[in-house]
Amino acid sequence: MKYLCLVYSNEQELHTQPDSPKDDECFAYAQAVQESGRMLAAEALHPVETATTVRMRGGKLSITDGPFAETKEQLAGFYLIEARDLNEAIQIGAKIPAARVGCVEVRPVRELDV
Amino acid sequence: MPTPLTETLSTLYRDESRRVLATLIRLLGDFDLAEEALHEAFRIAMEQWPRDGVPANPRAWLVSTGRFKAIDNLRRQARFDSLEHHAEQLAALSADEADADSVEDDRLRLIFTCCHPALGADAQVALTLREICDLSTEDIARAFLTTPSTVAQRIVRAKSKIRDAGIPYEVPSRNELPERLDAVLRVIYLVFNEGYFASSGDSLTRSHLSSEAIRLGRLLLELLPEAEVMGLLALMLLNEARRPARLSPSGEPVLLSDQDRSLWLTDLISEGDTLVLQALRSRQFGVYTLQAAIAAVHAEAAHSEATDWPQIVGLYDALLQAAPSPVVALNRAVAVAMVSGPQAALAQVQALAAGDLADYHLAHAAEADLHRRLGDNAAARAAYERALKLAQQGPDRQFLEGRLRELSAL
Repeated sequence: MKYLCLVYSNEQELHTQPDSPKDDECFAYAQAVQESGRMLAAEALHPVETATTVRMRGGKLSITDGPFAETKEQLAGFYLIEARDLNEAIQIGAKIPAARVGCVEVRPVRELDV
Repeated sequence: MPTPLTETLSTLYRDESRRVLATLIRLLGDFDLAEEALHEAFRIAMEQWPRDGVPANPRAWLVSTGRFKAIDNLRRQARFDSLEHHAEQLAALSADEADADSVEDDRLRLIFTCCHPALGADAQVALTLREICDLSTEDIARAFLTTPSTVAQRIVRAKSKIRDAGIPYEVPSRNELPERLDAVLRVIYLVFNEGYFASSGDSLTRSHLSSEAIRLGRLLLELLPEAEVMGLLALMLLNEARRPARLSPSGEPVLLSDQDRSLWLTDLISEGDTLVLQALRSRQFGVYTLQAAIAAVHAEAAHSEATDWPQIVGLYDALLQAAPSPVVALNRAVAVAMVSGPQAALAQVQALAAGDLADYHLAHAAEADLHRRLGDNAAARAAYERALKLAQQGPDRQFLEGRLRELSAL
C-alpha cells in the first residue's frame, strides 16, 4: 500500500532547536528509505510564505498569496512511500529526522475507482 | 508472468519469513529492527539470487543477511546519534542462527512474547496476528471491525512495552507455564476462529489463518505435550475437518445437521479423536478438551440423527460448570431440544435471546428454529428477522434470508 507521510513543523523552530536535524541527516535518511526499495517520492518544501493558493469558483480563477490556512505548524515536506501496512509506514515515518521537532502525519493513499 | 525465482521467493517468504523474523528478533533484540532486517534480507535476495543463484540454505542466508544489514544500518545511523555502542554490541553477537532446533524455539519465544500477560488482550491478538501470522494492520482492523490506526497504536504500544518493560524473549519456565500457556491458547484459538468465522465481510472462510493456528498448535504440542494443548489442537482439527462441508457452493453456511458428511476430512477427524482421548485420559483437561470432545461426538455420527445427543448434553453440563457462559448455555439448550424436543428448550433459548444474548444473531436464529419446528411460523419469522438485523456477514445474512423465504412460501 502507498502512504503519504506529511511532515509538519513550526517553521521558526524546525532548524533552530537543539534536536533539529541538519540537511545531511535528512538526506541520508531519504537515501536509506530509497535503498530499502520503499521510496516513491520525497521532497522538502520552501516556507509557507512562498505559497500561493488557487481556487476555481464558477469558472473563475482566484489567487491568494500565502497558504490556504494559517496554522501553528506548517507543511515542511513529504515522503510518498510503499509499505506493507500502516505499522510499517509508521516505522518509516517516525524515523524521518524532522519528526523530532515537528510531527509526521501518515495517511494511506486512496486508490481512485476508475 | 512470474519468473520461477519470483515464485521461489514468494514461496520462501510465505513459508519462512516468520521463522526468519523470530530468529532476527532474538539476534537483534528488537521487533522493529528485526522487521526492517527481514525486509532488507528479502530485498537483497531479489537483487542477488538472479545473479548468484539460490543459496543452499535460504533461511540461514536470510537470517545472516538481515542481521548484517541491520548492523550496517545501525552504524550508518550512528553517524547522527549515539547508537555506535549498540551497533558494536550487535556485531559482537555470535549466533548459531541456522540451527534448526533453536529456530523452532525462536518461533515459540515469539509466541510467548506476543501473548505475554503484561500486554492487554487486544494487543496480544494484534501482535500475534501481525508478527506470527503476517497479517497487515489493515487486515487485522477489518477482521475486528476497528480502524487501522487503532490497531497500529496497539501494536506500537505493545512493542514499546516489550522493549521498555524488558519483557523477555523466552519460553517461560516450567512453574510459570500453566498461566502463560492459557494466554497463548486463547490467542491461538482466536486466530483459528478468525480464519473459521471471519467476523465480518464476505470472506467467511479464511483457511490460511486457521491452518496457521493449527500449525501453531502443533508446534506448541511438540514442545509442550499438555492436555489442554492437545484439547485445543483437537478442537481446531475437528472443526477444520468440517470446513469442506460448512459452506454451500454459493457460499452460504450449511447447518451441522444438513452438512454432507462424506465431505468431512477423515484424517483430521481421526487425528483429533486420538488427541481428545489422550487429553481426557490425562484428567488434567479443561474447556478446550471438553469442546473438542463435543466436536468428536458430532464427528463420529454418520448422519445427524445418529448423533449421541445425551452425551453432548452431558459434555455441555461439564463445560458450563468449568466455564459458565451464555453462549455455552445456548448450545446446551439446542442439544436439549435434540434429546427432548423443541418445547423443552424454548423457554431457556427465549430467555437468553431476550437477555444476555440479545445482540447475538445466532440466539435469535436458534429461537426461530425452535418456533419453526413447533409450527409457530409467525414467531419464527419475527425471530429470523431479529437475527437478520444483527447478522453482519453476507453468507449468514443469505442463510437467514433463505429461511425467511421458506417460511413465506409455506
